[in-house]
Amino acid sequence: MSHSASPVADAWTPAELQTVIDAHRARPGAMLPLLHAIQARFGFIPEEAVPRVAEALRHTRAEVHGIISFYHHFRTHPAGRSVIQICRAEACQAVGSRQLEAHARKALGIDYHQTTPDHEFTLEPVYCLGNCACGPSIRVNDDVYGRMTPEQFDELTDELSATVVEVK
Amino acid sequence: MMAVTVYVPRDTTALALGADRVATRLERGAKARNVDINIVRNGSRGLFYLEPLIEVATPEGRVAYGPVTPAEVESLLDAGLLDGGQDHPLALGLTEEIAYLKRQQRLTFSRIGLTDPVSIEDYTALRGFKGLEKALALEAQAVVDEVTASGLRGRGGAAFPTGIKWQTVHDQPAGQKYVVCNADEGDSGTFADRLVMECDPYLLIEGMAIAGLAAGADQGYIYLRSEYPLAHAVLEEAIERAVAAGYLGDDILGSGRGFHLEVRLGAGAYICGEETSLLESLEGKRGLVRAKPPLPAIEGLFGRPTVVNNVLSLATVPFILDQGGQTYADYGLGRSRGTLAIQLAGNVKRGGLVELAFGTSLRELMEEFGGGTRSGRPLKAVQVGGPLGAYLPESQWDHPIDYEGFAAFGGVVGHGGVVMFDDSVDMGDQARFAMEFCSVESCGKCTPCRIGAVRGVEVIDRLRAGESLDKNLALLTDLCDTMVDGSLCAMGGMTPFPVQSVLQHFPDDLTPRQAATVGGTTC
Repeated sequence: MSHSASPVADAWTPAELQTVIDAHRARPGAMLPLLHAIQARFGFIPEEAVPRVAEALRHTRAEVHGIISFYHHFRTHPAGRSVIQICRAEACQAVGSRQLEAHARKALGIDYHQTTPDHEFTLEPVYCLGNCACGPSIRVNDDVYGRMTPEQFDELTDELSATVVEVK
Repeated sequence: MMAVTVYVPRDTTALALGADRVATRLERGAKARNVDINIVRNGSRGLFYLEPLIEVATPEGRVAYGPVTPAEVESLLDAGLLDGGQDHPLALGLTEEIAYLKRQQRLTFSRIGLTDPVSIEDYTALRGFKGLEKALALEAQAVVDEVTASGLRGRGGAAFPTGIKWQTVHDQPAGQKYVVCNADEGDSGTFADRLVMECDPYLLIEGMAIAGLAAGADQGYIYLRSEYPLAHAVLEEAIERAVAAGYLGDDILGSGRGFHLEVRLGAGAYICGEETSLLESLEGKRGLVRAKPPLPAIEGLFGRPTVVNNVLSLATVPFILDQGGQTYADYGLGRSRGTLAIQLAGNVKRGGLVELAFGTSLRELMEEFGGGTRSGRPLKAVQVGGPLGAYLPESQWDHPIDYEGFAAFGGVVGHGGVVMFDDSVDMGDQARFAMEFCSVESCGKCTPCRIGAVRGVEVIDRLRAGESLDKNLALLTDLCDTMVDGSLCAMGGMTPFPVQSVLQHFPDDLTPRQAATVGGTTC
């Protein structure tokens, strides 16, 4: 578990979207697995997916929209290369997460639910990562980091940005 | 020469503190010294203050070192780590002799950290699947009876007797029934479910299969929160292996009885930890709470009779079947039988999992196990039972932990999370956060919760700004009562608990004097 996948995945096409939908539509209670599969594949749930999912699962578009918007996990716009979630829950508050979140917003120049202009980082709140004995905790894509200080946060984001340069 | 076996945990906390890099450096260091080593990625022992906790197998038993940072691997190797050498500041001696571990009563967590989590051989070597084998030899009613005899109550927080729930589903006419595991462990300060799933996944699989046999259900779902990607991966692998080995599928161990299991991911909604909201979500809908009755045991998933149990409840069942319900019931206090997985979290020096029989006091836990605060400052308040639990002041730390005892003074045992705060905490911030959290996570179905939480934040903000203190205090008190009495489920019904506890025990923190020096938190 060294480097987890970036949420920015393949660009979506109608045909590929339909392939994902067809792979899951027959499961009992298919809606969430299907939406997860779409987001896992394309990084977000494109607007054009809504009518297709609605038709496949015999829902109305409004219902599908309602389901997507109910769950914090689902996004309808592409995220940055690294999605940084900062735990806002009580156990992390007890060890300085309020200061950490203030620092992160300032350092990245964005608020929660926003993406940096260079599409490097998306900042999200999260309510508990289950690392409550060793907070403050953050999650970057699928990796969790514990006992995070503002200084370590800066080092980590520098490192994450630097990887891009190497890739180029 | 035989290869040296070294254990490097792979649970989320160990990884969050650099366990992968420790493993890499160990491998490299051993190679440079021409020593053959076999690195086992075990689960965590739950002693998180010592993670990454490395263990080395020696003829005397496993010896431990921790907390090991990648930078300290070389000096540990130089000090003879691979021979179990103890001449190093991080050397902890025999793992089993570490007081924090030795003083526990690990019934449910007897295996965590000892094994490679996905190894069926490791699992069965330590009595794994013995409970399932026993259940296969019994009538369904006898399995239910064993669980009833154990006195086990729902470990998710509601503490409803598990045996009665199973009996209800068992007594429904034959037909499609389900077992659903609530693995939406969203309470801050809790990680025991995660430990089961990441460190001993077959335990949950076994517990669910037994529940299926007892209730007459052949299909199970684990509703897992999406915040636990590692638990997801471990469970998927374990289920695949369990099917291949015949512990799941159409014909469990040649018995002719079947049980199928699937993991379903949640999507970041705290409310889906409420059982009816969870069922809605599993059915593919918005996680709106259902009115009860009907009980899920009668009309649950897809309208069918469904056992919905928390991870820990199900993970306790294999012990009960293997050792007998009475053996489990021999532990505990009053009507709280067995052991509770207490999770020491927040501002704590020695955080981690402490499994003990009901009846220990918070003070004993926080001081003797926890060692006080991580910051070294005095403890001010402790929140037990997640974000819907009251903040307890020092005067309440000596009560023995059991469900009825805690309820008597307005405390909540819940899922066993203990979140400690030192004296730098502004309890006004914490009260505000309780309302804010509810406003973010309310499913929106009932008015007291949906609107009350938003109004709660506003009233607290006005209080902290010093506006009409008496009137706003009365308003907040009234609002809390309305939410408690008028909400459809525990989300709105218990969100006032932390707020009321601040009003009662830390009223000064809601005044402008305090607010001005510390500053509230904006969202």
